[in-house]
Amino acid sequence: MTQTTPQQPSRDRATSADRARTAPTRTTDGFDEVIAADGRIEPRDAMPEAYRRTLVRQISQHAHSEIIGMQPEGNWITRAPSLARKAILMAKVQDEAGHGLYLYSAAETLGTSRDEMTAALLAGKARYSSIFNYPTPTWADIGAIGWLVDGAAICNQVPLCRCSYGPYARAMVRICKEESFHQRQGFEILLTLSHGTPEQHEMAQRAVDRWYAPSLMMFGPPDAESTNSAQSMAWNIKRFSNDELRQRFVDMLVPQAKALGLSLPDPDLAWNPERGHYDYGELDWDEFAAVLRGEGQCNVQRMAHRRAAHDEGAWVRQAATAHAAKRAARRGESAA
Amino acid sequence: MSAPDQTAGEVPEREWPLWEVFVRPARGLSHVHAGSLHAADAQMAIGNARDLYTRRGEGVSIWVVRSADLVASSPDEKDELFDPAGDKVYRHPTFFTASEGVPGL
Repeated sequence: MTQTTPQQPSRDRATSADRARTAPTRTTDGFDEVIAADGRIEPRDAMPEAYRRTLVRQISQHAHSEIIGMQPEGNWITRAPSLARKAILMAKVQDEAGHGLYLYSAAETLGTSRDEMTAALLAGKARYSSIFNYPTPTWADIGAIGWLVDGAAICNQVPLCRCSYGPYARAMVRICKEESFHQRQGFEILLTLSHGTPEQHEMAQRAVDRWYAPSLMMFGPPDAESTNSAQSMAWNIKRFSNDELRQRFVDMLVPQAKALGLSLPDPDLAWNPERGHYDYGELDWDEFAAVLRGEGQCNVQRMAHRRAAHDEGAWVRQAATAHAAKRAARRGESAA
Repeated sequence: MSAPDQTAGEVPEREWPLWEVFVRPARGLSHVHAGSLHAADAQMAIGNARDLYTRRGEGVSIWVVRSADLVASSPDEKDELFDPAGDKVYRHPTFFTASEGVPGL
């Protein structure tokens, strides 16, 4: 229950502690100095509108990804092969919800309300990571998501712990600590399957074959085509380019795949002694663009599920609001 | 507080208010700001804070306060609030050097 100006939630929030000021007339005095000194910008500091917009877009998109990301894994909670694995998977999916909430909170400090962000997602105006539009047909896909998708996420997110916007950086510190559990649980699932029956080994290999290229594309388009990268790097939001992070990820994967006893589906993957890195093959950026456009295998299903969950939860949100109002009224009576 | 705009069976959907969460990591330590969350009331805020910020034993006690009720200094006041401390280096023990080498000082 909002007590003042409910029609303007952002403005209302802006008056409270550690919340953004949304008045557009503010100068950006001091901003460049803080960025140049590699300092941190905090919610009530002056900042260029474009910096605020970029962060709202990036953080809310990141939050939406965590929330939508619960679906491919949630698919296997009821069918996890043991009670222990089910409990672990539930904890992991709960973490993803938590990560989404940390990030929505961070975005809210910039003066955008939770409702605005949710509405943008439900209306299809906001994006989430296209990786979650791929299906999880087998239990091994849960392992592949943990190892490859969460592994790529960690590569992306560790540098974000030093992002120039304080609340985002702090959320990322918390998230990164929890992600390493996710990556290890995925690795463990694949390792168990890889050393199981020939059928299980085959299932693990096929899941890795499915997720390898999409996980490499999670870092975004090649540097030459990445439109927002240069400005984000100048603002210390982004610390490394898409291709640098992708390379780091590939270099990390090769020895890990060896430990798993699984191969990576890339005939061009080879150590390049001159560069001191692994070379890897061309990625199918047409596929990436198609999935972004909404043509992935699960885009429609993911959004339909998210909208249904939101609609079916409406009565809970309303009941909690009504209950809180009733209790507050009762307290008011007894105090009078 | 009453809810005069509510008719039976129909509650307008409004965003739950925002709460700031403070967690005491262990006995003997102060509560530290952990983050924020939405909840309909204080009791729900404590419950949500438990689920959101203490999933791995990060705390032994939680404070929640409505974000709208927190009062903060403004970045514009930074100079008048904090500059006066800048030229009072004698408030630090390292300012005094005459006692160097004297035992117990």
